[in-house]
Amino acid sequence: MLDVDGVPTLEDIGKNMPRRERLEQGFVAVHECFQDIPCNPCVEACPVGAVSMKTLTSTPVIDFDKCTGCGNCVASCPGLAIFLLSLKANHAQITIPYEMPDVPQKGDKVQGLDRYGQFVCDADVIRVVRLPSLDKSSKTTLITLEIPASELMTVRSFRRR
Amino acid sequence: MIETDVLVIGGGPAGMNAALASAQSGAHVLLVDKFQHLGGQLVKQTHKFFGWAEKGAGTRGFNLAKRLSEDVMNNDNVQILLGYEVVGAYRDGTYLAASWSDHITIKAKKLIVCTGAAERMILFENNDMPGVMGAGAVQTLMNEYGVLPAERFLIVGSGNVGVILAYQLLQAGATVDAIVDVLPKLGGAYWVHAAKVQRLGVPLLLGRTVLGVYGNSRVESAITAKVDEKMQPIPGTEKRHDVDAVALAVGLMPLTDIFQMMGVKTVYVPELGGFVPWHDECGRTTNKDIFVAGDAGGIEEATTASIGGTIAGLAAANDLGYQDNMQAVKDNLEALSIFRTSSLSKKVLEGIERMRGELNA
Ligand SMILES: Cc1cc2nc3c(=O)[nH]c(=O)nc-3n(C[C@H](O)[C@H](O)[C@H](O)COP(=O)(O)OP(=O)(O)OC[C@H]3O[C@@H](n4cnc5c(N)ncnc54)[C@H](O)[C@@H]3O)c2cc1C
Ligand code: SF4
Ligand code: SF4
Repeated sequence: MLDVDGVPTLEDIGKNMPRRERLEQGFVAVHECFQDIPCNPCVEACPVGAVSMKTLTSTPVIDFDKCTGCGNCVASCPGLAIFLLSLKANHAQITIPYEMPDVPQKGDKVQGLDRYGQFVCDADVIRVVRLPSLDKSSKTTLITLEIPASELMTVRSFRRR
Repeated sequence: MIETDVLVIGGGPAGMNAALASAQSGAHVLLVDKFQHLGGQLVKQTHKFFGWAEKGAGTRGFNLAKRLSEDVMNNDNVQILLGYEVVGAYRDGTYLAASWSDHITIKAKKLIVCTGAAERMILFENNDMPGVMGAGAVQTLMNEYGVLPAERFLIVGSGNVGVILAYQLLQAGATVDAIVDVLPKLGGAYWVHAAKVQRLGVPLLLGRTVLGVYGNSRVESAITAKVDEKMQPIPGTEKRHDVDAVALAVGLMPLTDIFQMMGVKTVYVPELGGFVPWHDECGRTTNKDIFVAGDAGGIEEATTASIGGTIAGLAAANDLGYQDNMQAVKDNLEALSIFRTSSLSKKVLEGIERMRGELNA
């Protein structure tokens, strides 16, 4: 629970989700940033102005129709609190920012984990890219996993097998 | 003997910004830090910073430090003295800075103190055993010297420092058995920071304290237990953690020795981390020639330390008659107040109000 351990519940996440049709059109950014912290790199990072904020301390609002799924905000968010989601006929895809040393490669099989690091399902690494963040001198690795469609809301992390 | 308009003690974000603001107004500045490099706490931070994108948020701490220190080094009005600790302050504006091998006397018209903070300790059995470390020490060894001091850690304290340390340890290849906090809720860390370490499988054990650490000559295990409403350990709830280090991230307190030497009024304000020098919104203490900025005036964070440093630097140069900086001071105060509209700043704002009220007490 957010005000106990900082982890959002499915109910919290539900308030922020794009419509199903948008998820089916391809990657869209979804954030899990629910606290009024003074922070705005996500707004600055977006090339199409899809992320807005009333004031520096408001939580971000993503315009899912403007969002192109480019991932720039994912790479710049210091809270690692933004993910890209997309939904296909019988599977889902999620892009996760990853800053740990043992970066997996495309084609690897990994274990999909929930928000507490608990095992949920097996997952396939289908894309690994390094995107520049606002910090020009460093890049962030983004890992895209393919998971069962039913786990779109639960898998937010992974570990190598 | 070095004579200068403005002496800035401490080269963290507050000190570097203070030095720049005074220097850009035309004042001669001497910036002293006890370490061999500028940057303060920023140097140890490998994570991307929160805050304002235009003030460097989204940028990793050490890169922020690099950028700022280049600006400082390229400014001809700033003279930098590294490896010297200011150990003496005399009321006529003379200061003594010492290195391992010698010392220098400094005469300054204005002083800006940006010495940052010291880590707190807590009491438990064998807390002086090798393997019990402050979070800052672990970060220095790991991120500045590339040495991982242990393999399996227990972290005490779930503020930003504790959860960021957990994250950095995982990045360095260590394991983090758990983060414990005596409070029933997250101890002040940003939710997103806490969520990102839990996602990687680090348990957050709330309402739990450390009873002691045990081992032959160094830590081999730690025992924690749940606490009741009075913060007393509950028998039967003990848990053993097989770790070789316990990192303490239980809070910081402002470093204020210099103010005591100078006879500046200090007040005890728990919301700001302990004793702090009384100061006005420009950072001016009860001695009109002495300013404070950054964590030394109250524990907060890097953006507020930077803006506070700029304000103090502008005000000091303004006092010396270099340039009318009052509009710039106003603009920076405005930026500071926008930053502090977060509910997380409530405590600091209450602390500042309480401190201001203590002047005539
Ligand atoms: C683990 C951790 C994570 C953090 N993460 C963030 C974050 O994500 N975002 C954020 O905004 N903030 C963060 N902060 C907080 C931020 O780093 C500090 O608030 C900020 O660095 C304070 O700046 P300062 O200039 O006041 O002090 P410091 O950065 O502590 O610098 C003080 C300097 O003074 C020097 N000094 C002290 N005494 C003397 C003396 N007598 N003589 C000479 N030199 C002296 C010290 O060597 C030091 O270099 C974090 C802090 C920690 C510990
Ligand atoms: S994914 Fe790209 S387009 Fe979408 S919100 Fe993030 S930065 Fe903007
Ligand atoms: S950059 Fe990340 S942590 Fe900061 S406001 Fe945006 S989503 Fe939240």
